[in-house]
Amino acid sequence: MAASVTSTLSTLPTPSSTAPRATHDARWVRWTLTTIALLFLGFFLVLPLVAVFAEALRHGLRAYLASFSDPDALASIKLTLLTAAIAVPANLVFGISAAWLIAKFNFRGKSVLTTLIDLPFAVSPVISGLIYVLVFGLQGWFGGWLIEHNLKVIFAVPGIVLATTFVTFPIIARELIPLMQAQGSDEEYAAITLGANGWQTFWRVTLPNIKWGLLYGVILCNARAMGEFGAVSVVSGHIRGETNTMPLHVEILYNEYNFVAAFAVASLLALLAIVTLVLKSLVEWRHARSRA
Amino acid sequence: MKLKSLLLTSLALALATGATAKTIELLNVSYDPTREFYVEYNKVFAAYWKAKTGDEVIVKQSHGGSGKQARAVVDGLQADVVTLALAADVDALYANAKLVPEGWQKRLPNNSAPYTSTIVFLVRKGNPKGIKDWDDLVKPGVSVITPNPKTSGGARWNYLGAWGYALRKYGSEAAAQEFVGKLYKNVPVLDSGARGSTTTFVQREIGDVAISWENEAYLVLKEFGADKFEIVVPSVSVLAEPTVSVVDKVARKKGTEAVAKAYLDYLYSNEGQNVAARNFYRPRNAAVAVKYAANFAKLDLFTVDEVFGGWTKAQKTHFADGGVFDQIYSK
Repeated sequence: MAASVTSTLSTLPTPSSTAPRATHDARWVRWTLTTIALLFLGFFLVLPLVAVFAEALRHGLRAYLASFSDPDALASIKLTLLTAAIAVPANLVFGISAAWLIAKFNFRGKSVLTTLIDLPFAVSPVISGLIYVLVFGLQGWFGGWLIEHNLKVIFAVPGIVLATTFVTFPIIARELIPLMQAQGSDEEYAAITLGANGWQTFWRVTLPNIKWGLLYGVILCNARAMGEFGAVSVVSGHIRGETNTMPLHVEILYNEYNFVAAFAVASLLALLAIVTLVLKSLVEWRHARSRA
Repeated sequence: MKLKSLLLTSLALALATGATAKTIELLNVSYDPTREFYVEYNKVFAAYWKAKTGDEVIVKQSHGGSGKQARAVVDGLQADVVTLALAADVDALYANAKLVPEGWQKRLPNNSAPYTSTIVFLVRKGNPKGIKDWDDLVKPGVSVITPNPKTSGGARWNYLGAWGYALRKYGSEAAAQEFVGKLYKNVPVLDSGARGSTTTFVQREIGDVAISWENEAYLVLKEFGADKFEIVVPSVSVLAEPTVSVVDKVARKKGTEAVAKAYLDYLYSNEGQNVAARNFYRPRNAAVAVKYAANFAKLDLFTVDEVFGGWTKAQKTHFADGGVFDQIYSK
């Protein structure tokens, strides 16, 4: 494969430079494309990020830090962490089992299941939220019964966790399925032939093989769980200090003309995202090294 | 024996006081521009209730577009009281879920509207487009900011204000419809709530004029300084009556009926009216109104009952699916 590429390259009328280049376009084309890419990146990614921190720190560090001592802000941070702490492990268990099922076994309706897993990606988050209002709302299927028994689902923490779990549930499974399919079942067969039981096969063979992909999925899932706005907004009820997650709290602060606090909380969300990205890069780097 | 009885009495007393001094939590589901008002009022009420009964009251708040908030309560948001932008949204609680009795509006004075407001215009400093009255909003080239009447209570007052003005000036329903149609042609963006609309005008700097609650317009002046914006008071506007009600079904279940009722009653008290006036709502109480008279421009105000025959009718004619607003806006 590599040899054929070099041979085609050598037949092309290229200036015989020292290092083989990826393209043969003129210098100005490459520079223009690079500049456009950098400008785009700067404008759509770096600038907003800088703006968030600049706005948050506009009245100094003291005002910035004071934004986090507000009980409503603290409550929103707690709720966001709690939601992620439930949604991510739930999706972890579901993601591994679904990926295992789909990648390692053949059964009727497998393609239907694969498509269904993607459903939360396909529908708008607002619809994801409304589904729960329709099912658990007072006018919905179970709402009357739930209220009668003092069980709160929507407009309370369980609804927020449910909506977040729904929105983020394809992420881990989607990350693992192609990986497991590419790896095939040979190693598991070998393990079973050597006398391992199912549980041992999973812990000693399957899990070590997928651990980097799994970690990557968990990180992405966590990032989305903490940042979800649309679905959570529908089921939240927006009770201050009780059912507002960080993204919802940012909107409220902004609407109350409290820009420093709004951007302070937003910067915390952005920081969480940056930490997530750093972790993700670290995982990718470790993974590349462990394969090399 | 004596000691024992003394001990018992003191124990009983301790239990009794422990049982009475409880913490009660209320949820007040309100509309967009009341945030600052209820933050202040909740403190005043909590102090009053503590002095009266010894109980702590913590009032939780939820804000959003008035129609959207009513929908959430219908869907099971456990509000003890609602303080919404207009009677039609409280009616929705009766119509869709029987959460309040049919005659809810007769339970409190002034049609259950403890404070009022009106609709005014907010323009940029110097009033560059020379906006003076409703007529100036339908001129070509004037960009008008107002929220969506389907989801926002304030937007419905804005709409009815324009309609009432045109009806009075041009004399026929057809002319009023044409006038309001022209006005909405000048609207580049319909936000879902009054606060979103204000932010569009103030922060995103879209539009030449925002039709706004009077209290919201004053709040903008307070937050951003009178050197950036001006309030223009039209010749005629609508008397906006935001209504309040206990959500009976929820309060009964939670056992908070008494506190919830007191919470709303206290809005009519001297203290409650003062807090409302300080937050730019027009007080009902005559004495308080005199005290704050300088804050509120005098203008010709009509009520929804006079011009539209009440909210139920106005809602059905203008804002229901396929109603006049839909006909105007889909054109």
